[in-house]
Amino acid sequence: MSESDIKIEVKDLTLIFGQKKGQALKMLRDGKSKTEILSKTKCTVGVNKASFQIKEGEVFVIMGLSGSGKSTLIRCLNRLNEPTDGDVLINGVNITKETNKELLDTRRTEMSMVFQKFALLPHRTIIENVAFGLEIRGEEKTKRLAKAKEAIETAGLKGFEYQKPAQLSGGMQQRVGLARALANNPEVLLMDEAFSALDPLIKSDMQDQLLDLQDELHKTIVFITHDLDEAIKLGDRIAIMKDGVIEQIGTAEQILKEPASEYVKAFVEKVDRKSIITAGSLMFKKPTTVLLDKDGPESVIRKMRTVAADVLPVIDKHRVFKGFIWLPEILKAEKAKAEDIMPYITVNCPSVYTEYTVEEMLPLTSGTKSPIAVVNKENGQLLGVVAQTSLMIEATRFNDEQIIHLKEQAIEQ
Amino acid sequence: MEKVIDIGQYIEVAVDWLTENFHGLFDLIKNVGNGFIEGFEWLLMGIPFFVVIGLLTILAYLKVGKGTAIFTLAGMVLIYLMGFWEETMETLALIFVSTIIALVQAIPIGIWAAKKPGVNRVVRPILDFMQTMPAFVYLIPAVLFFSIGKLPGAFATVIFALPPAVRLTTLGIQQVPPDLVEAARAFGATNRQILTKVELPLATNTILAGVNQTIMMALSMVVIAGMIAAGGLGEKVLEGINNLNIGLGFESGFAVVILAIVLDRITQALGQKNENSPLSKLRMKFKKN
Repeated sequence: MSESDIKIEVKDLTLIFGQKKGQALKMLRDGKSKTEILSKTKCTVGVNKASFQIKEGEVFVIMGLSGSGKSTLIRCLNRLNEPTDGDVLINGVNITKETNKELLDTRRTEMSMVFQKFALLPHRTIIENVAFGLEIRGEEKTKRLAKAKEAIETAGLKGFEYQKPAQLSGGMQQRVGLARALANNPEVLLMDEAFSALDPLIKSDMQDQLLDLQDELHKTIVFITHDLDEAIKLGDRIAIMKDGVIEQIGTAEQILKEPASEYVKAFVEKVDRKSIITAGSLMFKKPTTVLLDKDGPESVIRKMRTVAADVLPVIDKHRVFKGFIWLPEILKAEKAKAEDIMPYITVNCPSVYTEYTVEEMLPLTSGTKSPIAVVNKENGQLLGVVAQTSLMIEATRFNDEQIIHLKEQAIEQ
Repeated sequence: MEKVIDIGQYIEVAVDWLTENFHGLFDLIKNVGNGFIEGFEWLLMGIPFFVVIGLLTILAYLKVGKGTAIFTLAGMVLIYLMGFWEETMETLALIFVSTIIALVQAIPIGIWAAKKPGVNRVVRPILDFMQTMPAFVYLIPAVLFFSIGKLPGAFATVIFALPPAVRLTTLGIQQVPPDLVEAARAFGATNRQILTKVELPLATNTILAGVNQTIMMALSMVVIAGMIAAGGLGEKVLEGINNLNIGLGFESGFAVVILAIVLDRITQALGQKNENSPLSKLRMKFKKN
């Protein structure tokens, strides 16, 4: 990375919330932990000695869970949050040392921000909202409206100029937020969870649009998110943050292949393999059940007919799961005029606890058509049933290689 | 029970000291204020009554609607026919002047209190005090400072009518979502720009609700101020009471009620965005063309 390429440079940036900042900062320098500092000084360390460089034209994603300090960090770049220590250099100019007037100028010309909750002025029309930044820096009306119109077209909002924000959907509102940022023609875009409030389809749409725009405009973008998929899709490089500390910076490839710490590893595994989907969330709750000792073949057939199923879970009078009963078996029982259905139940069938993941359940389905029973860990009571189809739907979100791998594992077992 | 602590004497001393040392200032305020009030009266009474009624009716129709317009027309004509036109205009002038003076102070104080928690902590108990102190009590220093007449009436009215405008201005500014203020700041807005372009426009409705309250409180106080010769309907009410003239008391009281309803409906409508008011419909039509 040559010197001239660097747009933003952050050096040892630290931000402490609270009264006794000086003492807290000293303790931090002495290597004391966050909890120690909190208990001694009642100060919270928001950002802890963050350092990174962002190249011109790069999309730099800062990722972390809520409370990791990512939103605090991005607000240090335009000093909405005043850093306690460290430097932020933009085009080689240290903005932490800027006077109020210089700072206003930086905010007005060099960097614009897009907000998670859009932050549009409800009493203004779309075009007035988009022109807001230009108005603030004192451009005359005809000029700023012309520029706003341009930005509105770029953001795909043509025709909505004279509507009010409340008349637009969330996705459209965020386009206004983006247009407002672009109208200023800044070199740096700060995007704070810009797409997090949108529903998944629109979110992905907006991501594509942002990438298209970036191909054209080559801005330097700092993007905050808690969504790894979004980070991978958008980021040229990704920084992962935890408890105010940047744990790792690298390309998506580097982070996925060589996670630098246990935290990053857990993060990457969790989101990547979709193993957060558990039996508990996937199961069909309160299924129609067959009661052992009470239901005879006739009533079982009736129940199957009403729910149009060819298999039902069987429980005893304590709701403990006993097995599944299939339609062909119950027909046999009926022919034999059997009173007890116990001999006709398939006893050897898969059952899991609620915390089992899709990944763990998949091997259980090989070689059987049976649904999977979800039971209570303590007393074996039936909680619900996971159908193979819903499991397959989840499974197809894995790529082929992963499914083959899972099947191989199942065979080995 | 015997008086153990005598706060009253200190207040007396303070008021005496003020009247003795600042009577020049009080005279100046009195002359300027009286000029202001009389100018307004002259204006309102200079316009023929039917023009005033017509303007009020049109305003009521445009901002609120047909019903209020009819009420305004009928009510104001009734006041005229009862022979209270002059007194009503005097009262109206006093309300206008008091409200304007009150708002000129209340809105900046309200903004200041919204911005600085310390100021708010000081201002709030003072407002509580001003609002709960029996209204008649304000007449005493008013008379001591300015003797009797219209200006002391306005003085007492301003004190009594000021608090709601301060409170609602503070509330309105505090209710502006912080993310909007942050967004403005991120685009390089100065504090003044944040105030004029974000906070005040978003707080307008709440502030106007405060203005409405101030006007209503001014009306009630202006009537009480009739006791110190502030003129207007209040004096008629007082005359009715003093002479045990039930007819006069009721008539003048009724005129106060009519004026109150007209003022309330019109000023309330200023604060609310009524999409169905004739004016908004007119505006929509204009926009579409």
